[in-house]
Amino acid sequence: MIENKGRPNRLGLKGWVVGGRWGFERYMYVLHRLTGLGLLAYFLLHIFVTSSRAFGEAAWTQAMSSVKGPVFTIGEYLVFAAFAFHALNGIRLGLVELGFGIGGPIEPVYPYRTSVDEQRPLAIGVMILAAILAIVGGFGFLNK
Amino acid sequence: MRDQRLWTWHVGAGVIILVLLGLHMTIMHLAGLIPLASAVPKGGAPIDWANVAERAKSAFFLITYVLLLGAALFHGFYGLRNILFELNPGAGIRKAVNGLLVVAGILLFAVGTWAAWAGFTVARGA
Amino acid sequence: MADNSVPSEIVFRVRRFDPASDAEPHWADYRLACAPGMTVLEGLKLIKESQSPTLAWRSSCRMGVCGSCGMFINGRPRLACNTQVSELGTSLVTVAPLPNFNTIRDLVPDLVPMFEAHIRVHPHIIREDRSEQQQPTGEFWQSPHQLEQYLQFSYCIKCGCCMAACPTYATDPVYAGPMPLAQAHRYNADSRDGGFAERKTPLSGEAGPWRCHFAGECSRVCPKGVDPAKAIQLMKRQLVLDYLRLWKQPCAAPIAKVPPGTKRREGIPEAPARTLGA
Repeated sequence: MIENKGRPNRLGLKGWVVGGRWGFERYMYVLHRLTGLGLLAYFLLHIFVTSSRAFGEAAWTQAMSSVKGPVFTIGEYLVFAAFAFHALNGIRLGLVELGFGIGGPIEPVYPYRTSVDEQRPLAIGVMILAAILAIVGGFGFLNK
Repeated sequence: MRDQRLWTWHVGAGVIILVLLGLHMTIMHLAGLIPLASAVPKGGAPIDWANVAERAKSAFFLITYVLLLGAALFHGFYGLRNILFELNPGAGIRKAVNGLLVVAGILLFAVGTWAAWAGFTVARGA
Repeated sequence: MADNSVPSEIVFRVRRFDPASDAEPHWADYRLACAPGMTVLEGLKLIKESQSPTLAWRSSCRMGVCGSCGMFINGRPRLACNTQVSELGTSLVTVAPLPNFNTIRDLVPDLVPMFEAHIRVHPHIIREDRSEQQQPTGEFWQSPHQLEQYLQFSYCIKCGCCMAACPTYATDPVYAGPMPLAQAHRYNADSRDGGFAERKTPLSGEAGPWRCHFAGECSRVCPKGVDPAKAIQLMKRQLVLDYLRLWKQPCAAPIAKVPPGTKRREGIPEAPARTLGA
């Protein structure tokens, strides 16, 4: 094989986030990662906060008072919104990545209708449902 | 050769989380809109101690909380592992990350299961 | 589609890099007169003829079948020969080497890692009857429906545009990338093939399709409509079912032997004599 190594030209992390004129699903992929990381971070703290219930009512009340306040309320709402998107997009990814909803192999005739085009209604449905769920859930937070 | 298996479990855990976390979110945040008797059996908010204690002594919630904990830890840590490994670290870091995630996962699962079990026995005994 | 108004003069902004003399790549602007139907490849040739004889790139067929001229044109990986200047909708054409591959010089990417990943998934028919493959005695049975299962993925010209568009391949060189994985599925789905078990070895590990998260960019940029994203998701289904032991590879397609005692119909000539092999 030719041994030309050449100058590195990987897009790197930029390739995850920006890059070129990417499509809709590319940005859903970015959002799915961000919401996943956010949910994981919240979840790890959540385990410790809610474990306080094993120590009785006083411990529980103290734990709950330590997470009171507008910052925490907004944070919790963001977690709920992140869950709304991540779960619904997760359903779409679970279906699509197992080969459902993307159409079968076809004879490609230009302009090509790709698997991305086939599942586009699913993607749009996910965004709409996630927005609805996030808004509906928001009402529950308005009381806090 | 493990990625084939780990990914399958990742999707399976995702399905479990969808059901159980969906239930959890409904109880916690949507109870005002969807009148769920089981969400606030003692009235007030779902996170008031009375309701927390009610759920703590329920076998249903004990089992589903532990299941949700395990599935969410696996799903979340596998996702985190994916993100970290896609940044192409060296072999030593890969081993370290693998080990760290396994240890942290088991520890956190133990903490959460202990808390659920302790809450269960205390609430039942009280 | 492209509008008919072609700007009379365009600027090609080309990423230049000569390892012998440059420390860093840099942009160079070239003004060109634009003709209707002019492709980016034609523009590069005009630049080389009249303005910069040292400009280097790969091209061959100039009609979108060889896969040599993959470049990063106005923010997307495209084939230079297949991209008309008028379809870009601007008078500034930015031409850069294909990302996610090392740049050897100017617009020439080092595609060797892609080809090595391709070889590792055994992109060829694997059957037990080696002698039959080398000295064929008849055709393999394959219905049109069976052909349809892999035909789309066989149109791949190995241009590398999908690899340049993939977000995972942007950071992760261990991941095989859309082209090798789609080609692995092209052979797994071929009813003449019996090599699923052999391909499973690279596919079940880190090089496999598990790091594909369906950003779908590979399919969007593919100039031949191969739709590698579809191939990868179908392959994931196959591998998951295989792990859960819900699927087993069927036997490789049998040979269509001529039944004994059949006579050739009148007026149909015999096949010419074999010219290769014993």
